[in-house]
Amino acid sequence: MCQFENGAFQKKESSNFDFSISKFSNYQIFKLVTMNLKLKIWRQKGPKDNGKMVDYPISGISPDMSFLEMMDVLNDQLVEKGDLPVAFDHDCREGICGSCSMYINGEPHGPGRGITTCQLHMRSFTDGDTIHIEPWRAAAFPVIKDLVTDRSAFDRIIQAGGFISVNSGSPVDANAIPIDKHDSDRAFDAATCIGCGACVAACKNASAMLFTSAKVSHLSLLPQGQVEARDRVLAMINQMDEEGFGNCTNTGACEVECPKGISIENIARMNRQYLGAAISYSPPKATGGGD
Amino acid sequence: MSEFREKTSIVDARVPEGPLANKWSEHKNHVRLVSPGNKRRIDVIVVGTGLAGASAAASLAEMGYNVKSFCFQDSPRRAHSIAAQGGINAAKNYQNDGDSTYRLFYDTIKGGDYRSREANVYRLAEVSASIIDQCVAQGVPFARDYGGLLDNRSFGGVQVSRTFYARGQTGQQLLLGAYSAMSRMIAKGGIKMYNRHEMLDVVLVEGKARGIIARNLRTGEIERHSAHAVVLATGGYGNVFFLSTNAMGSNVTAAWKAHKKGALFANPCFTQIHPTCIPVSGDHQSKLTLMSESLRNDGRIWVPKKKGDTRKPIDIPEEERDYYLERRYPAFGNLVPRDVASRAAKERCDAGYGVGASKMAVYLDFKDAINRMGEDVVASKYGNLFQMYEKITDENPYKTPMRIYPAVHYTMGGLWVDYNLMSNVEGLFVLGEANFSDHGANRLGASALMQGLADGYFVLPYTIGDYLADDIRTGAISTQTSEFDAAEKEVKNRLHQLLNNGGTKAVDYYHKKLGKIIWEQCGMSRNAEGLKQAIADINAIREDFWKNVRVPGTEGELNQELEKAGRVADFIELGALMCQDALDRNESCGGHFREEFQTPEGEALRDDDNYAYVAAWEYQGAGMPARLHKEELHYENIKMVQRSYK
Repeated sequence: MCQFENGAFQKKESSNFDFSISKFSNYQIFKLVTMNLKLKIWRQKGPKDNGKMVDYPISGISPDMSFLEMMDVLNDQLVEKGDLPVAFDHDCREGICGSCSMYINGEPHGPGRGITTCQLHMRSFTDGDTIHIEPWRAAAFPVIKDLVTDRSAFDRIIQAGGFISVNSGSPVDANAIPIDKHDSDRAFDAATCIGCGACVAACKNASAMLFTSAKVSHLSLLPQGQVEARDRVLAMINQMDEEGFGNCTNTGACEVECPKGISIENIARMNRQYLGAAISYSPPKATGGGD
Repeated sequence: MSEFREKTSIVDARVPEGPLANKWSEHKNHVRLVSPGNKRRIDVIVVGTGLAGASAAASLAEMGYNVKSFCFQDSPRRAHSIAAQGGINAAKNYQNDGDSTYRLFYDTIKGGDYRSREANVYRLAEVSASIIDQCVAQGVPFARDYGGLLDNRSFGGVQVSRTFYARGQTGQQLLLGAYSAMSRMIAKGGIKMYNRHEMLDVVLVEGKARGIIARNLRTGEIERHSAHAVVLATGGYGNVFFLSTNAMGSNVTAAWKAHKKGALFANPCFTQIHPTCIPVSGDHQSKLTLMSESLRNDGRIWVPKKKGDTRKPIDIPEEERDYYLERRYPAFGNLVPRDVASRAAKERCDAGYGVGASKMAVYLDFKDAINRMGEDVVASKYGNLFQMYEKITDENPYKTPMRIYPAVHYTMGGLWVDYNLMSNVEGLFVLGEANFSDHGANRLGASALMQGLADGYFVLPYTIGDYLADDIRTGAISTQTSEFDAAEKEVKNRLHQLLNNGGTKAVDYYHKKLGKIIWEQCGMSRNAEGLKQAIADINAIREDFWKNVRVPGTEGELNQELEKAGRVADFIELGALMCQDALDRNESCGGHFREEFQTPEGEALRDDDNYAYVAAWEYQGAGMPARLHKEELHYENIKMVQRSYK
């Protein structure tokens, strides 16, 4: 069950049961044993400036801290020294808002699977480690400052068609359309995407296929979403291309790094829908109207 | 229509006449409308893109208004509603357990300990069913059973199953539904979206809210935006405590700026301490993580019967465990309301029965649920929560009970609004957690999502027209006026002051200090002496902050320390008001527990003769006591009794 295979303080055989006394003694150990680390962090003043990696030694880091709490410690030290703190996006700190986005030692969200940066804990590292911290790297995600990038391209992909066209008001009763539980569950799996962009950062082509296909799948698996399915897949893929994301070459890196475990099965589903839509569909000639 | 806004000590909520069950439909039938052609000439600013803000922005744009929407996050999809886990209530009675609009209304009033406004709560219950219909139509993937119909579960303080859910990610799915509705309207041009923008002041022209001053957080530019009405859906102020389950960026600034411009702040001391959160583990901690209340459906809460018992929980036999909620509240057991569950945990820990290294925790145990249903079923219901717990604590809740302790989660208080959700400042509407209206002194689980979406999809779209009907000939509001000049100057001066203060202390130093005082003196229990001391201490922090805070960097760039500094400065002022409100309310009710006022069994002791009112505070200047206005609460349909969950 444990995500932190390389953790220095991992006690695989007994971690499920240590509590009370043993946990108490562990706690003492955590208090006494802290780590010294060498951070190498991408610093970039603004969108048009050249960035560079800068070294920051840091000491006294508890393995119980989250990665972002370690960054808080660093920033407080920088502020009190009169230096500029490292800018990074973060908000909920519980793995659901999708704000945090650090490329740590060559992996989006760092070591560990199924987690965002804010869910990464320092027990995944060892005393003396060097940690490289960079922003997402993709032409469609330009750097704004330090580790902060502009991911508004994702918003524009959703705006192109990632919705069901229904106005607020008086829809039919929610139970009027029964939905197969399996379809509903698969739609849910796709809908858990948090829009963090790790899939793009992990991909050698900086492709946004996993992100786009997750929304396409979520909506097209549900009866409510099928009315607009053809327009949706064409419009969203078109927007994805316009934003400068690359194509998919099926390496599967996105799926591995996705903090929500979204499957590349969605990409296959989207490709099939796209093909069907592209060859069979031409827009109707009649527009507007009503009498 | 403006007589109640005069400076009187009684505030009129303008609740429509007539029987409770007809008020809303009658009101809707008689409010003024704005025709489709005229809506095109009207601009509305919506600040915040959580459930309330996103649903309001989408609905208003669909109706034809020109909406300008603002959020401080890099995308509207990241507002903190996204983190809500457990579910959303609706009186659908799909489970055939006798649920009805009246029962949802009654449970909410009782859960709020008789300190909410009857007509608003009834309306909330009334529109709750439509919310589920709306969300399903948008493609929100709620949990379903094998027949393909929607599933429900129970939450605290009720005896029916009326909570709709999407695993432990209900808030995420509802928000993505509202975000998709917004996205559609952004593409159609009905909404102009301003990401990474923070509202730093509201601009009043001739007493009406006519715009805002916002900082573009990306470039640092100060911008003026005008509109015919301003809607604040900016969430709660739980981060005043520093440690809370709120997101790091959640703040009170927009609401506080409105308060400083005259909007009344109601019941600020009504804050919710959620009973099931992962306990604090050390000084480095930046936030607390909630474990959904839904866990109390199947988890049992206990502490050892023996003080200071250091055995492993699995080694403590059944007869030596104290399932104190089941013992004290047999009728509701582990599903008592949040305030009751939190206080009971505190009581056990204070008495020396707490567990874990800090002794400030109780067990939440799934052993019986796993034995009854099997690990697979438990995993399908709560898997993501168990996983989240294990990632943070490195302990496996399938094998050993979770350790939990209460933490700040939600704020029932907020800007005062009338029945139309308009504050006492004309044209300034307040929705969702940012207003005060529906939850009284304690919010029931799964009711925050309900209220946010009710306000945004089903209430404001109707009520705002009544106000805007006067503006169909006004024309665009100019930003080149003395009012905008003055507001912008004030904002710039303040930023300049923060950046050039020349102090030595980081912003967090003050935030942590403030949070500790509020948690200790204005948290789960309060007393007069502590509150008086807290007010003095907070005023001292405010003075120290403005002398010694250090904010690095410049104004014209992305500057997260500067953002934080502005927010903490406002939290400090709010903290003093919370304590003043708590000190003034000489009774216990809901989440507000004054140690001097309790029953012999240690339950909250209300004083309905003297405190059955909403305390709506008027700003009088930094460091000055606020001025009290009262909205008397009248219950025509419910008899006020002492809450009992026994």
